[in-house]
Amino acid sequence: MEAVRRFFAERDFLEIDTPALVPSPGLDVHLSAFEVRDPSGQAVGWLATSPEYQMKRLLSDGAERIFQICRSYRADEQGEHHEREFTMLEWYRAHATSNDLIEDTEALVAHLAAALDVPAAERLVGPWDRISVRAAFEQQAGGVVDPQDEDLFFRTWAEKIQPNLGHERPVVVTDWPRSMASLAKLTPEGTADRFEAFVSGVELCNGFGELTDPAEQRRRFELDQAARRAAGLPVYPIDERFIAALERGMPDSGGNALGFDRLLMLLTGAESIQAVMPFPAERL
Amino acid sequence: MADTSDIKKGFKLLLDGVPFAVVDHQFVKPGKGQAFVRTRMKNMMTGAVIDRTFKSGEKLDKADTEERTMQYLYPEGEARVFMDTQSYEQLTLTNEQLGENVHYLLDGTEVDVMLFEGRPIGVTPPNFVELLVTETEPGFKGDTSSNTTKPATLETGLQVNVPLFVNAGDRLKIDTRNGAYVERVKG
Repeated sequence: MEAVRRFFAERDFLEIDTPALVPSPGLDVHLSAFEVRDPSGQAVGWLATSPEYQMKRLLSDGAERIFQICRSYRADEQGEHHEREFTMLEWYRAHATSNDLIEDTEALVAHLAAALDVPAAERLVGPWDRISVRAAFEQQAGGVVDPQDEDLFFRTWAEKIQPNLGHERPVVVTDWPRSMASLAKLTPEGTADRFEAFVSGVELCNGFGELTDPAEQRRRFELDQAARRAAGLPVYPIDERFIAALERGMPDSGGNALGFDRLLMLLTGAESIQAVMPFPAERL
Repeated sequence: MADTSDIKKGFKLLLDGVPFAVVDHQFVKPGKGQAFVRTRMKNMMTGAVIDRTFKSGEKLDKADTEERTMQYLYPEGEARVFMDTQSYEQLTLTNEQLGENVHYLLDGTEVDVMLFEGRPIGVTPPNFVELLVTETEPGFKGDTSSNTTKPATLETGLQVNVPLFVNAGDRLKIDTRNGAYVERVKG
């Protein structure tokens, strides 16, 4: 933690702290948030699935480089690489591209590897490989899968691609299908300006060249809401203050959300995130 | 009805009417997509290991299996007869169903018999058994440390590689999980 703070301080980032209890969690149909109720049973909000909306509002308010280490919460996620309550390291840079954020990530991991000085960390140091989603499918699965067929796309991804990623050195997967853009802008080629880094088959982080267009952002949120409704899932409200911040104007920015527990696991060569957490759910 | 959240090591489920036991499993959630449980499991009828990926939350059929401690009694043609030590009920498993385990059965050996929908499908012998050597090349006296091995045949027909000092008539401790020689038993 101290080494993370030093890394960002050296680069003129401001550490910030946004609330865990929020009026709107991530709307993505594959995210499940914990609803919070007061003692009378009245719903008061949700536990944040990530601090993204509030951090981006600060970018609209003029902050240029911000980072945060915070707890994030996702119901229904439990496994060797998942805990319902986990630590997120999230940072944003105004006037930056996703490529700047990838370079930040490489430098951060090298900095932490040096601070920890353990043999397992060495292979995470140095420039990382890069590959597009299309190329990853062609190399590992013998061809692309239509992203409209989400079930086959992610099944192929989970079975044939992700387990093989990042074994020699970390690999950054770029150019996601536009339907998976979420809060990322589109590249000139029409793919999502989104990247994910993988180490030993484990997803380490998910970054965006951020979408700054409020109308497009609202349209995507409404699609997410419709998908949630169709799937019989709770429909979360749109965070109107976040949309308003985009309307006021957010600079072109890059952001990255990194699973801090997973990074510790990979740096130390541990078998699971539970092994690097003092109080995972099973020992709480 | 079970679902993917019940999956853990040893969980037994039914796939197309065949019982499988989970060997290994991992929760995977690719990026912003659907979550899956990647599962490696063993076909309890054939022992074959397969990989299968379930959607997180997918409904699963639990296999109706039961394990009972039984004693091996005697061979009967191409099959072996076992008895429940409490109810004295007897059942028969074919040598084919027993596979390699047929070589670990001596009069009175206690095994765990796996029943699927009430019918026996296989046995788990004790991790270690002691068996008599019936045939092997004569040993070299004094050579007790060599890494060199030679083949030996045991009383149940099992073939194992043993150190050179082992002689016919010796009792050997065998690991039933890999069929390997562990040590010579004194006396």
